Amino acid sequence: MSCCAPGIEAATGIGVAKSAESDNESLLAASQTLGEGLSQLELAVPDIHCATCITTIERDLGELNMVSAARVNLSTKRVRITYDPEKGSPDQMTAAVTKSGHRILLLEGLDEDDDGQMGSLIRAMAVAGFAAGNIMLFSVSVWSGAEEATRDLFHWISALIAIPTVGFSGQVFFRSAVAALRHGRLNMDVPISLAVVLALCMSIFETARGAELVYFDASVSLLFFLLVGRTLDHMMREKARGAVKNLAQLAPRSAVQILPDGSRQAVAIKDIEPGMILSILPGQRIPVDGEVIEGVSEADLSLVNGEAEPELIKPGHSLLAGTLILTGSVSLRAEQPADKSFLARMITLMEAAEGSKAGYRRVADKAAEVYAPAVHLLALSAFLGWGILGGDWHVATIIAIAVLIITCPCALGLAVPMVHIVAAGRLFEAGIVMKDGAALEKMALVDHVVFDKTGTLTVGKPRMREQILGNSSDFLQAARLARRSAHPFSIALAEAAHEAKISSDDVFEGQVEEVPGQGLKARDKSGEWRLGRAQWCGAENLKQDSGRSQVWLSLNGKPVAGFELSDTARPEAKEAIEALKAAGMRISLLSGDRSRPVMELAKELGIEHAEAQLTPADKVSRIQELQNNGHSVLMVGDGINDAPALRAAETSMAPASAADVGRSAADFIFTRNNLSAVPATILLSRRSAATVRQNFGLALAYNLLAVPLAMAGHVTPLIAALAMSSSSVLVTLNALKLRFGNRELSKAVAPKPSSPSPVPPQKLELAE
Amino acid sequence: MTGLIVLIPVALFLAIAGLIAFLWSLRSGQFDDLQGAAYRILEDDGPLDAPADQKNPEKKPKD
Repeated sequence: MSCCAPGIEAATGIGVAKSAESDNESLLAASQTLGEGLSQLELAVPDIHCATCITTIERDLGELNMVSAARVNLSTKRVRITYDPEKGSPDQMTAAVTKSGHRILLLEGLDEDDDGQMGSLIRAMAVAGFAAGNIMLFSVSVWSGAEEATRDLFHWISALIAIPTVGFSGQVFFRSAVAALRHGRLNMDVPISLAVVLALCMSIFETARGAELVYFDASVSLLFFLLVGRTLDHMMREKARGAVKNLAQLAPRSAVQILPDGSRQAVAIKDIEPGMILSILPGQRIPVDGEVIEGVSEADLSLVNGEAEPELIKPGHSLLAGTLILTGSVSLRAEQPADKSFLARMITLMEAAEGSKAGYRRVADKAAEVYAPAVHLLALSAFLGWGILGGDWHVATIIAIAVLIITCPCALGLAVPMVHIVAAGRLFEAGIVMKDGAALEKMALVDHVVFDKTGTLTVGKPRMREQILGNSSDFLQAARLARRSAHPFSIALAEAAHEAKISSDDVFEGQVEEVPGQGLKARDKSGEWRLGRAQWCGAENLKQDSGRSQVWLSLNGKPVAGFELSDTARPEAKEAIEALKAAGMRISLLSGDRSRPVMELAKELGIEHAEAQLTPADKVSRIQELQNNGHSVLMVGDGINDAPALRAAETSMAPASAADVGRSAADFIFTRNNLSAVPATILLSRRSAATVRQNFGLALAYNLLAVPLAMAGHVTPLIAALAMSSSSVLVTLNALKLRFGNRELSKAVAPKPSSPSPVPPQKLELAE
Repeated sequence: MTGLIVLIPVALFLAIAGLIAFLWSLRSGQFDDLQGAAYRILEDDGPLDAPADQKNPEKKPKD
């Protein structure tokens, strides 16, 4: 079957919460007006991957009257739609895309700033590349023996090309250098700018004198090499940011308020005030902290406090913002405004925990702080030495500038970004998104890994463990019923049926009623079937206390089958923990869940240190304790309650299924729901750190050779050009080494099919 | 020597033309989706996305 077959969730609405994506107001707000009555909307379509996806989406959208253009971008996995809002409502467009089985996500605003910066970097690089090529053409002629008038002509033409190039392409470095100097600091851009500008000025002066040695080629090719590095670095971060953005599931921006007279109206989340009554439908998250006043339902708290089991909620229960309502709809009395709700408190806690990160200085900056003054001192001593001893200040100036040119940290400037680019590319292929290079440097220093339980070490969803009553035909009946419901327990049963190779077409046909907090009720010729809690199915006496959830199936009040479900460890978790231990890591498990499941999991996976029932603040303080004892901590977690801890740790990872706030707090995101990503990333980060050190070593060795030559006054433009480009190429090649090896990473590349997928089992079969 | 007088302007002209062509293709969005372009060539009904090309946002007046 084609990969673009319509998924069942598109047909039934299962798993697609009514949210910002289908809300006309949110869609209009996210659109950009283009003038001439047209608007433009950009949507993320994370699943597209083939030619058919492109054409299906573009054709379906093109058939709509209101759409004047639709263009799918496969690299960024987005679709850009130009449409006329007068001719139809925007949810027709999202419906057209979801019709063919594609998930869509609304992007919060369009990224405007990055396009500008990326464009200017590429333009600067293109101009520098053009200039470097042409100047080199003339330089080679001069080195091959062009003389007198010809040489002078070539020099003048080179100057003509070089001056505007340096003025245009060099701005990137000049701005950063000036900014650093203003703050009284030195960065790599200071010696770079100085070398480029001085080389240019000296060359113009020497050209005017009709001298032999000019450095236009060095000045411009330096710019070119460095701009290549910088552009690639920027592209890497852009790609990561785009990928993270595509994952974002926007929280609804509005909620439905029930007015005292019983009528309903939409209210923006930020305008919710304590005392307002809100209506929450199944599949929605609670927008603000509040108390349930009407309705019975089950709620998924796993992102809020790490508890894996759905909890029964009734009037009188207080709920925290972020709780997912599963079965019945409820009315909620808001107790806090949005900016004082649970999520907002977590963000405050996150900001407070930031401290340990701000103090970190990048490896490149540390190197620059040693390197830049050393180079400037060398140039100054060459200038003074030649001037005082030789007496010729003109020669002294030229030699001092030659020292600056030859020590220009081209290789050093490339040493770190090249490694990070190659490493990021490698991680990206393995489905791991790295947000920035500093995180990779910190990852290499980690010696203690802290895990969250629910959704991180475990699947975060109940799975069927065993059937405790009944035979396989009872199981079949339970599965047929379960396929009609979106409750996590039902999905678990349906998945188990799928694994048992029971055809997914076998679905209970009659009327099925979902009773919130109890289970499913259905009727056919043999009587009334119930699938749900023990009491409801008359199975209290059969209930055993095993610490696991139980689901029962009854016919006319008599229990016929029972199933045990529990949140299970991810299949690859044990292996990942062992790999981490082998890498010398100490491992802790910090969870907000109850003690029993936490301890059981810790024992199962061989984790020595585990703590349960921790508040978000507890998690932060445990991490800070570790840091005070001199440990460098990696936090892996997914919940809203983990976000402050993710921020407090030196570096952090989150699965793509994590809460938005957790994902934005984490430095790395693994999108394949495979925990092997954790040891793989650590190993790759260590190799990267080693490669960065080698690159510094190479750059240093190059300087040890080149500087004495320059100080002695033996450097010619030819030697400078050869030395600088060869050292840059060497450093780049060394970084490319990272593309090879690292078995762990290749393993992480394989996605685990048994890990949680948001798609119900029916979809899995269609996808094959 | 006289050859140079012709060749140098020719070399520079060609290089500048190349640079301008690159900047133009960059601006017209040809580098926006390198992966997608590889797949689009396999599609027979090409004109489908042609209007989308012309509606490229880079050419549109931004508000």
